[in-house]
Formats: sequence, C-alpha cells, structure tokens
Amino acid sequence: MAEILVLAEHDGETVKKVTTELLTLARGFGEPAVVWTGPGAEAAQARLAEFGAAKIYVADSADYDDYVVAPKAELLAQLVADKSPAAVLVAATSEGREVAGRLAVKTGSGILTDVTGLSEGFVGEQSIFGGAITVQSKVRAGTPIIAVRPNAVSPEPGSGAAAMEPVSVTISDAAKTAKVTGRVVAERGERPELTEASIVVSGGRGLGSGEHFALIEQLADSLGAAVGASRAATDAGWYPHSFQVGQTGKTVSPQLYMAIGISGAIQHRAGMQTSKTIMVVNKDPEAPIFELADFGVVGDLFKVVPQLIDEIGKRSAG
Amino acid sequence: MGGRQQVMNIVVLVKQVPDTWSERTLRPADNTLDRDAADAVINELDDYAIEEGLRQQEAHGGEVTIVSMGPEKAAEAIRKALSMGADKAVHVSDEALRGSDGLVTSAVLANVLQRIGFDLVILGSESTDARMGTLAAMLAERLGVPQLSFASKVETDGSAISIHRQADYGYDTVEAALPAVVSVVEKINEPRYPSFKGIMAAKKKPVETLTVADLGIDPAEAGLAASATEVVSFANRPPRAAGTIVTDDGDGGAKAAEFLASRKFI
Repeated sequence: MAEILVLAEHDGETVKKVTTELLTLARGFGEPAVVWTGPGAEAAQARLAEFGAAKIYVADSADYDDYVVAPKAELLAQLVADKSPAAVLVAATSEGREVAGRLAVKTGSGILTDVTGLSEGFVGEQSIFGGAITVQSKVRAGTPIIAVRPNAVSPEPGSGAAAMEPVSVTISDAAKTAKVTGRVVAERGERPELTEASIVVSGGRGLGSGEHFALIEQLADSLGAAVGASRAATDAGWYPHSFQVGQTGKTVSPQLYMAIGISGAIQHRAGMQTSKTIMVVNKDPEAPIFELADFGVVGDLFKVVPQLIDEIGKRSAG
Repeated sequence: MGGRQQVMNIVVLVKQVPDTWSERTLRPADNTLDRDAADAVINELDDYAIEEGLRQQEAHGGEVTIVSMGPEKAAEAIRKALSMGADKAVHVSDEALRGSDGLVTSAVLANVLQRIGFDLVILGSESTDARMGTLAAMLAERLGVPQLSFASKVETDGSAISIHRQADYGYDTVEAALPAVVSVVEKINEPRYPSFKGIMAAKKKPVETLTVADLGIDPAEAGLAASATEVVSFANRPPRAAGTIVTDDGDGGAKAAEFLASRKFI
C-alpha cells in the first residue's frame, strides 16, 4: 500500500490535535507516514502510534524552526522523490498552507487547501464563499497535496507501528534566507488554540469595550473554550488581532460556537459558518447572526452571560 | 554585490475579487468563478499591502508599481491602487488566463516580477475569494528570494529587512536581505482613502497591459486547462435548520444553559 505523508504539527514534544485528524483521514487512503521536523519525536511516538502512524520520518535539525517554511518544503520534496507517496497531507494552518504552496511549486503538483473531507481519488471537499457553496475538487498533476482544515475530521484511534526512521536532508542555503531571530509568545493562559478548540466563545461590538472581554474570557474558561473576536472588536483594539474569526482572520469549525454581541456580518460568518452547533446572544432580534443560530437569546449580554456562567458553574458543581 | 541603492523598487500585487457582500457563485459550465454574477472590488487585504508600499516609499524613496492579473475589469482595482498614490501599473490580462489555479497564477506573476525587477514585493496574505494563503510562499519559491509572510510589522533600511511574522502563539521576528517577498496582515497599518487629487492624478498614470504572448508564455501553459487542480462539482450549502430563539425575560442565561446541557456541552 502506498504511503501517505503526514506533516506533523507539534510544539517540540506534544503533537497537535490536527495531526491526529490527518492520520485518521490518511488511514483510509494508504499507510500513514508522519514527517516530524525538529526534536520531540520520541515523546510523541506513542500518540502517533495510537492514531495509526505506520512510520515516523524524523528530521531532527534546528533548521526547520530557524528558517521560515522553506526547509520543511525542501524536506517534503525530498521525501516525495524518495518514497513516491500517494499524497501529502498537511494541516491547513497558515504555516501548513505555505509549506504546501512551496512543495507544490517544487514538485509541480496540485494543491487543495482548507479541505473538509476526502473521497476516493483524493477528491477534496471544500467550503467556499463563506460556507455558501460546497465544492468537490481534484488534483490532476503530480502528487496530490492536501491541506486539511483543523476540526473538520474527528480523530479516531487506530493502530500503527510508528516505526522511527531518521532522515537526513541537507537543507540548501536557498531555503535559509528568512531567518527567525526571535519568538514572542503572547499570554494566552491555559486556553486551547482557536482553530483546534472544540468550543469557541467570540465577542463583538456589543461588548462596547476591551475591558468587557473579561466576560467572554470568563464564559470561555467555564467551558474550557477558546476565545475569538469579531473584526469590529479587533479593529477597535479590544482584543488582539490574531484572535479574529472571519474572512480576513481565522476560520473555525468547532463543535460549539458562541457568538456574543456579534451582529453576523458576512465578514464574520465566513469564518464560523461551518461550526456544528451555534449559539447566539444579541440584543438586536434583527441581527443576521440569528439566521445561523441553533439556539439564540435576544437580550442584554451583560445580563444573559453572567447568568449563563452561574448556571454552568452550578451544573458542573452538581 | 555592492551596497544597495537607496531608491527602492517596490511592487505591490493586487487582485480584483467578487465583493463578499454580494451573491458569489461558480459558472456551471466549467465550475470556475462567475465574475459577472457579483460586484467586483479590490481584495480587502490588498489595501494594506498598497498602504505599506506607499509608507516604505515615503521612508526610502523609489517607485511603487502595481501588478495585477485579471480580466479587463480588473483595471478598476488598479485605478484604485493608483489613486491611493502608487506611481504606475502593469495589468496582465488575457482570456487564456481564465481559471488559472494558484500554481499557474504564481508562475505568471513570477514571470512579470522578473521582467520588471523589484527590491520589495508586497501582497495581502490571502484573497477573500480563493482564500488559499499560499501566493507569497509560491512566489518566494519561484523567485528564490526570502519569504516574509504574515507580516504585522515591516522595517527595512533599504538592504536589510525585518518583520513580525504573525503566528497563533504571538509572533516571530524574521530577518532577511532584500530583495524579498512580504505578505501583510491587516494589523500592519491603517490604509488611506484615495483623495480627490489622487483620483484625478490616477487617470494620467501609466498602465502597461501585457498578454501571455508578451510574457513569452504558451497559452497552453496558462488558464484552467494548464491548472494542476480543478473543481469537479459544486452545490449550494443546504440552509441551516431554523433554531430556537428566545427573548430574555430574566431567565435567558438559564435557558441557554439548558440548551447546552441538552447538547451535552455541560
């Protein structure tokens, strides 16, 4: 059975949830072979085995973190040439897409981004125009490169040998022209990452100020959720731009999305429309976001949300 | 190479896209974007790319050239960029390019960039229609220059360049030497509006139109037929089933909690 290369996303020891989703998807199409860059493969081996990785190609070099994107693409291109995989799967994160883009140029292969499902022949399902249209796309040249949207596939355990195989690729100077000289990690506390979280609580214009985002954070923490924000809120400087959900921000697809004080302009809907369950709190009954709501409360968020937090506390205590 | 000249040759890439606010759809005949169905506007993030190009020009001198690939109508997006203050433009327009995927588009744009030369190429980090977010990476790969993508801040002295590369965890600082490709996120600046004077001046600014033949590209190597991907089918997403909407009578939060419990979220 042909291999499916799966580029792991990790923090040096823990593999991200999206990688277990990619493995789950890959198992249906061939033998999943994880590509691990940098340190930490040993620590993650058991978890990768649990999700069906047959192999782990380990490229343990600092180059993959020290330079922007290009070394990872070079490594994958080498593995595509050596192993002739049936396809390459990456997470549709900003970095995953960029690795995919460079790999596509190197190998002359077609690339599908933000894929939410995959069927025979590597036909990818994509949700476009803010979720209004679902398309089926395919690659007709080279080795299909598929960037899969986080949270689109439920990770399911399988079993694999996860045999470690060191690979040594000499990264060219051409791939080392954009050097990472520093990393600034914003204070985020213990909250899950926005695109990976199974619950996202977002705040918008209705909050009226940055201070009031504390209420959103409190609700998010009561549910173990990530915090998001609408464009109006990030433009106003109430919450950092990197938490923006929408057309020019992140696309999220959680099990539960809660839109608090967000009217639901198309700009925002484009980033959250494929969420499985949507809850809305807004004082304007005409707000377009209610069209998407599985459950909506028309009311003052400063009354509704504190009561909701109280109730969640009571229920989890009981 | 000796010291780089102080005058910077800045190229900003812009794309005309269907307006997010209008009804966007595909053409049933070949599953490509129906550009006539929706109002066309300049891609939102491109405004930030233009603004950044103009700011770098104000700091370092030089010229800002707009490059756009798209149908005849894309001239409107180019005019807007010129009215914001860019100096001149190149419009790659050819029926043979219709339906080009990311790979073909990046090959055509890389060809243009090599022809006109550049110190700094600036573009938006993604377009609101295709939303691939791969063009900067593809161009850097094709041109063999540093990829400085998702920039929320750009600093250059005309030879070295450093950016803040936005990431989920915060940002990385990234350094490189020019020439380079930079893609920007909206946090980077506040785009200016075209002034009346700018709009009038834009009408006289030079716009060179190029066809695939002008670029030495075989029409068979362009457009949908040459693309490495294709859309095989599409369908409108079924509307969401109508949900339960309640009006808060002092128990809205409690009802919301009940709903969450019924769906096993709490």
